[in-house]
Amino acid sequence: MSLINKAIAGSPWLVHCNCGSCNGCDIEVLACLTPVYDVERFGVVNIGNPKHADVLVVSGSVNPRNERMLKNIYEQMADPKLVVAVGACAATGGIFRECYNVLGGVDKVIPVDVYVPGCAARPEAIIDGVVLAVEKLKEKLSGEKGA
Amino acid sequence: MMEVVLIILGTILLAPLAGGLLTGVDRIITARMQGRQGPPLLQPFYDLIKLWRKEAQITNTLQVFYAVIYLVFAVLSLVLFVLGQNLLLIIFVLTIGSGAMVLGALSTPSPYSQIGANREILQMLAYDPILLITAVALYLVTGSFKLSEVVAYQTASGQPLLFVLPLVFLTMTYVLTIKMRKSPFDISASHHAHQEIVRGITTEYSGPYLALLEIAHWFEVVLVLGLVAIFWANSWLMALILVGAVFLLELLLDNITARLTYRWMLQSTWVVGMGLAVLNIAYLYLA
Repeated sequence: MSLINKAIAGSPWLVHCNCGSCNGCDIEVLACLTPVYDVERFGVVNIGNPKHADVLVVSGSVNPRNERMLKNIYEQMADPKLVVAVGACAATGGIFRECYNVLGGVDKVIPVDVYVPGCAARPEAIIDGVVLAVEKLKEKLSGEKGA
Repeated sequence: MMEVVLIILGTILLAPLAGGLLTGVDRIITARMQGRQGPPLLQPFYDLIKLWRKEAQITNTLQVFYAVIYLVFAVLSLVLFVLGQNLLLIIFVLTIGSGAMVLGALSTPSPYSQIGANREILQMLAYDPILLITAVALYLVTGSFKLSEVVAYQTASGQPLLFVLPLVFLTMTYVLTIKMRKSPFDISASHHAHQEIVRGITTEYSGPYLALLEIAHWFEVVLVLGLVAIFWANSWLMALILVGAVFLLELLLDNITARLTYRWMLQSTWVVGMGLAVLNIAYLYLA
């Protein structure tokens, strides 16, 4: 069982979804893959396909136009899956919170496991967020086993 | 008889292990070439176990059937190779496996999957004739399509086929890049360029079924390197060195080249590749 847990924790594949972000957080997500941060050390791969991914990384606030798109991507992912909201906009709606065309944070549409703060979120914070998400996944799995 | 069963079981158990380790080495070396540290060596196995544990999500049952067929034929071709069977048969079995993968991708309505399948067919068009010419060249030199006799010929003559068929070897190595899904020919599975056709031929597979495709690919990688090894089969050491050199060369090629279009792939393999191979065979006749 420990090998399986290690395997699950050691291979989070990401799919990145931009819900009308200013591109600031998106650049920081991509920065994680560069030689400076190299998240592949932890087995993280930016896979670009919701059907293969374990972690959905969302940036930007949700509005009525992209709500359906976000739900669609989330539903295409196979269980167990996690959602990481990257940046202030994805977490709460950020400075666009009060806008008439903005629904708010990502958690208004799909369940969010980890919120990464920052505008834009720093690559270190994003890596921390993904690691925390994987820890939550392990907890979830061991909970299922106990039940 | 007992020996044959043991060889078959050994192949089925050890080949995925070797394929996974090779993929791990591949990922580390690729990362180092890009100035990164890279994942742990056992990362491909972690990925595989994780995929196995994920929810089994399918588009239709036909898709699963074809994934299994692809795996079975990849295993079968490697088993035939290890048993020293007919090279033509091995190539045909390998082609049936790839064909099953194409049908599996075509059985879903996703446009990415469909484009990936179409490109896989073009890839098969590019590498299959070269593999057949390689088999013909081996036959012309050794007088047999059977791999065990090809190896026996080299042991008897003491001269590796690499020196007799250098251009055929070059061409075959070149097209095996396609089979290993390496840049510049990584156009159907799109490993590194997912913004273009997502994951191409594997787009609609997920969880355990993606794991099946991954294992089948590991078998194919081992077979590909085995095909390289038969060009220096009279010495284990030299065969290993040759395989290692070709593997490193493929990784270098993967990292220094951009992906190219299918037209470029077909032109370079058919015109240049076939030209070189035929030249080599013609030279053997005239000399």
